[in-house]
Amino acid sequence: MSKMHVKMTVNGKEVEALAEPRTLLIHFLREDLKITGPHIGCETSHCGACTVDIDGKSVKSCTVFVAQANGADVTTVEGLVNEDGTLGVIQEMFREHHGLQCGFCTPGMITRAHRLLQENPTPSEEEVRFGMAGNLCRCTGYQNIVKSILAAADHLNAQKEAAE
Amino acid sequence: MIPAGFEYHRPADVASAISILKQHGDEARVVAGGHSLIPMMKLRMADLAHLVDLQDIGEMKGIQVGADTAVLGAMVTQHEMITHEGLAAAIPLIREAALQIADPQVRYVGTVGGNVANGDPGNDMPGLMQCLDAQFELAGADGSRTVAARDFYEAAYFTARDDEEILTRIHIPVPSAGTGYAYEKQKRKIGDYATAASAVLITMDGGTCASASIAMTNLADTPIWAEAAAAALVGTSLDEAARAAAVAAAIDVIDPVSDNRGPVDFKKHVAGVILRRAIDRAASRAS
Repeated sequence: MSKMHVKMTVNGKEVEALAEPRTLLIHFLREDLKITGPHIGCETSHCGACTVDIDGKSVKSCTVFVAQANGADVTTVEGLVNEDGTLGVIQEMFREHHGLQCGFCTPGMITRAHRLLQENPTPSEEEVRFGMAGNLCRCTGYQNIVKSILAAADHLNAQKEAAE
Repeated sequence: MIPAGFEYHRPADVASAISILKQHGDEARVVAGGHSLIPMMKLRMADLAHLVDLQDIGEMKGIQVGADTAVLGAMVTQHEMITHEGLAAAIPLIREAALQIADPQVRYVGTVGGNVANGDPGNDMPGLMQCLDAQFELAGADGSRTVAARDFYEAAYFTARDDEEILTRIHIPVPSAGTGYAYEKQKRKIGDYATAASAVLITMDGGTCASASIAMTNLADTPIWAEAAAAALVGTSLDEAARAAAVAAAIDVIDPVSDNRGPVDFKKHVAGVILRRAIDRAASRAS
């Protein structure tokens, strides 16, 4: 199959490449761009370990062809660090509240949490659990992930208030 | 995990998309959100040489809520249906059901048109659209035609849509003010297709049920619009006898199959339980 020219923005940088249309976005990110934070945990679109942000939406990048993402603006967990390279607030809260163990679901969890908190800056525990339901975790039992996200919401809201 | 190769097309309008379908016949398929088709391609259960991506087609997007009818572009996502306040005010049943479909990521991309055109009896929107008496607009090379949701489903993965047609819009009558509604779904976990689900609309006049509509999901090889079950409620006070008659009539017209979600007897039992709950919740919301 012939390759196509793809162009997209990933973590703020323009990238261009030749790729087969059938290439899944997760493979394009990991294998062509060497952005290996997003992971592959299943082949049935359930686990959410491959979650990235595409044009302001949380998307499972295992269920998007690179052809469909041509022209898109993509953010992965690597793009969620602070400008100086230190951990972003959500990342820092996952560390502080032990929201990860093996770390395999974590990039997808954090990227999803990022979008969830953009849409609902003051979620209840129930809203966090429902809002994270597309992301499976084998290690934590979710409790500390919920704590991490609620703590991140508090920090982000405090930052916003301080800035106003 | 690894789909076979294909040629990719991204037309900007419906006419171009249809001409690509005509040119390649059953070698070509449209992709909307891709969250049923791509998983099938990854398992090599769907095999196609040409993929026609509908994402750039503006005329298939957008939600318009009028006084009598809401029109959804087929490319409207589950997320858009949930977050659209006008739609939620006019037809709250849609938000209630859409929140029970899949998970956040899937809802950002999965579309209403893909959900209803897919033909998988596990999808929730088909029964919902039958309950609401929606009309599906299909565009083909010779213009467009409209098929009622209640006439659209023939068998699992077989619908009234021809291979060279595209479902472009869904027209839904806005229920009258005070219509009670419920979508009740029994499932094993988040993101699962229903063991049994039921959509119910009820209007009341004083203490009497004036009209009702009932549809059942994933309890046959198509969604089931349970006309006799609804008729059993009309003219009653929704007393125990009427609800039991409705449940009996609904169980009579479903035809579930045994699978990982349970044997046939269990599914019939669950169907009765969820229908009762849906009737109760719809009645409690009717005014």
